[in-house]
Amino acid sequence: MKLATSSIRSAALARAMCRAMAMVALPLPALSAPYVPQSGTEVLETLPRRGTAASATLLRQRAQLAAAPRDPAVAAEAAQRYIELGRASSDPRYFGYAQAALAPWWNAVAPPVPVLLLRATLLQSSHRFAEAIRDLDAVTRADPTNAQAWLTLATVQVVRGEYDAAVRSCGRLSSLADQLASMTCLANARAGSGQLAASERLLALALQRSDMGVGGEAGAESASRAGLRLWAMTILGELAARRGDAAVAEQRFRQALGLAPDDSYLLGACADLLLDQGRHAEVLVLLRDHLRVDSLLLRHTIAVQRGSLVPAPVAASAIAELQARFDAAARRGDTIHQREQARFELKLRHNAHAALGLALANWQVQKEPADLRILLEAALAAHDPAAARPALAWRRQQGMEDSSIAKLAHALEGGAP
Amino acid sequence: MIPLQAALICLFLLFIPGAARAHKPSDSYLTLHVSTAPAVPDSAASATSRERPVIDGRWDIALRDLDFAIGLDTDGDGQLTWNEVRSRHADIAGYAMPRLGLAPGCRLRVTGQQVDHHTDGAYTVLLLQGDCQPGAAVTIDYKLFAGLDAQHRGMVNLTVDGRSQSAVLGGDHTRLVAGGGDGGAWRQASGYLRHGIWHIWTGYDHILFLLSLLLPAVLAQGWRPALADVLRVVTAFTLAHSITLSLAALQVVALPSRLIEAAIAASVAIAAFNNIWPLVQGKRWLAAFAFGLLHGFGFAGVLGDLGLPKGATVLALATFNIGVELGQLAIVAAFVPLAYAMRSTRFYKLFLVKGGSAGIAVLAMVWLVERATV
Repeated sequence: MKLATSSIRSAALARAMCRAMAMVALPLPALSAPYVPQSGTEVLETLPRRGTAASATLLRQRAQLAAAPRDPAVAAEAAQRYIELGRASSDPRYFGYAQAALAPWWNAVAPPVPVLLLRATLLQSSHRFAEAIRDLDAVTRADPTNAQAWLTLATVQVVRGEYDAAVRSCGRLSSLADQLASMTCLANARAGSGQLAASERLLALALQRSDMGVGGEAGAESASRAGLRLWAMTILGELAARRGDAAVAEQRFRQALGLAPDDSYLLGACADLLLDQGRHAEVLVLLRDHLRVDSLLLRHTIAVQRGSLVPAPVAASAIAELQARFDAAARRGDTIHQREQARFELKLRHNAHAALGLALANWQVQKEPADLRILLEAALAAHDPAAARPALAWRRQQGMEDSSIAKLAHALEGGAP
Repeated sequence: MIPLQAALICLFLLFIPGAARAHKPSDSYLTLHVSTAPAVPDSAASATSRERPVIDGRWDIALRDLDFAIGLDTDGDGQLTWNEVRSRHADIAGYAMPRLGLAPGCRLRVTGQQVDHHTDGAYTVLLLQGDCQPGAAVTIDYKLFAGLDAQHRGMVNLTVDGRSQSAVLGGDHTRLVAGGGDGGAWRQASGYLRHGIWHIWTGYDHILFLLSLLLPAVLAQGWRPALADVLRVVTAFTLAHSITLSLAALQVVALPSRLIEAAIAASVAIAAFNNIWPLVQGKRWLAAFAFGLLHGFGFAGVLGDLGLPKGATVLALATFNIGVELGQLAIVAAFVPLAYAMRSTRFYKLFLVKGGSAGIAVLAMVWLVERATV
């Protein structure tokens, strides 16, 4: 019902905008003929975050940085700000601004600790995990009480599938940070290695306890607290989904989305849950305002195609748009979207062999459940179980639990799908 | 059909709302076409015709990035209108062009700015035109947004005479040299080699001078003396012009180029007249040597126009000279066997030697008058 009304409203809006928007919506080839806009008042571009308090702070920080580009405290503060903006908006340009702020130390062997920590964060965001770990090790050696460094290190280790090391890093965190941070860290690390149900229970308990202690903090502290709670709720939802309890997972994701409706990681997790249940129309509603983010446009397009919700040529335009984005990344030599690209090839282009190649390359870099899942799906579709064998052996060795991965593994290892 | 398509677009809009532009790292797109097609030879220009490469292209830069760098949103409403953008066109060009880092030897100017869209939004398109000194390679040292966005990259596509090369510039890799990764010495050398060959083939005065000396050379009795005469003439010419080319290129001797060009024209006329009314007969190699000295200064002028990079002079000089010799040998190899085969015919002795030389002499006189009076 909600979908119906929103569609009708959108249809009216779309009709009204149709003439004006037609040019923008049509997919454009790599270099089309440039044009001279017909009217001087035509809006060419909408800029991000203008006129807000946050943008005023940003302007002040830019001025400070310009005045003292080699002051590590000023640079770290600006970089930190850009990284936060980049995370919040899933806009990678901010990571470029952050890196520019750190430029005087970007290739330095031993930058000041705050710079080193941010450099590691940026390296992590461009999936240069080994270098990120190198920097984080340096930070924790120089400052063993740096809670943020231990937390970031644990996160990178989980992404790489180094669960034992991650558990150790979380252990160091437990004496430095509050309970919710260390419990979330631990649950995230141990869920990968055969202790999913216990991790989920513990984390739910920690979150419940921290609910009771909410209030009383001011400003930055409450903001970082909110970020931590959001992270805990997201992981809790993911653990339920991996356990196969879609209803509880959805409830947790929706609750978290109530706090952060634009969090693209959360939106992606929730969309995947809906896609697995064939609720394609709901995916469109969930993601319709977030299509700037490649990974969300991907899920949106999968829902469009699977749900047969629009005529084939329209779906084809969306696929062309995605292809253009992957091409743009490829031209830069970026490989951070290999997981999404594998999914794109498999689900939208139906090119299982290309998907398998990408999924295998991605598996060399990162080992989250979603990475394993796309690898197994591609291997199954390409009728190439041998390609998945090393990853399946790794899964058995770690004891990774995930209901959809278990089904895929069963199918690949000779069982009925 | 058209209403159906319109309907599909509207339906598409329903599912892909307006803000379907991607979040992506910052890129600019630079496309340059360089063409070095030689100018159409026409009388006087022919002898001195130099290839002057012409560049045209476009550079697409995201409006959002330009706003971050120099501020385009004058009314601060978060929306960039065409009026706001075009009122800053001069500032945009003034900001961007120096950061392209185009090396001296080539020039580019912005002839206009338009708009295009890429996956992440609207871009200004700088329309570019320019040229290079003959032989100068397009070299870029890309620095756009370098201090602001360390992940910005320039996607460059450079096409020189139909051959394309692409590069992703920015970060630790900012340089691009047309025709060769980072301008390998060998690439540069082979460029000068080609210029040497090309110059002798398109420098009609040099060819006609050589032909004037070779026309009677094959008339010696027997193939041995004929070949010996050809060898003497070619070797003397080569030696002489190598000497003066080196002296001039290394700036030991400098002579005004107009005087040289006129003297070269005169040398062609004299060599041609000598075939009609012989003054020097047995020792044509001496004439070849004496006038070869003049032609060497002419070659040096070309080498100077090519825009010699510092430090590459000796290599450039050597390869350019080798190119000239190879081009010259090709002409000799094509001409001498033909001439030798025909040498006993009346057609050759009368029509080619006398008539051909007369034609050459007339043409050379025209050049002489033009070059002396320009």
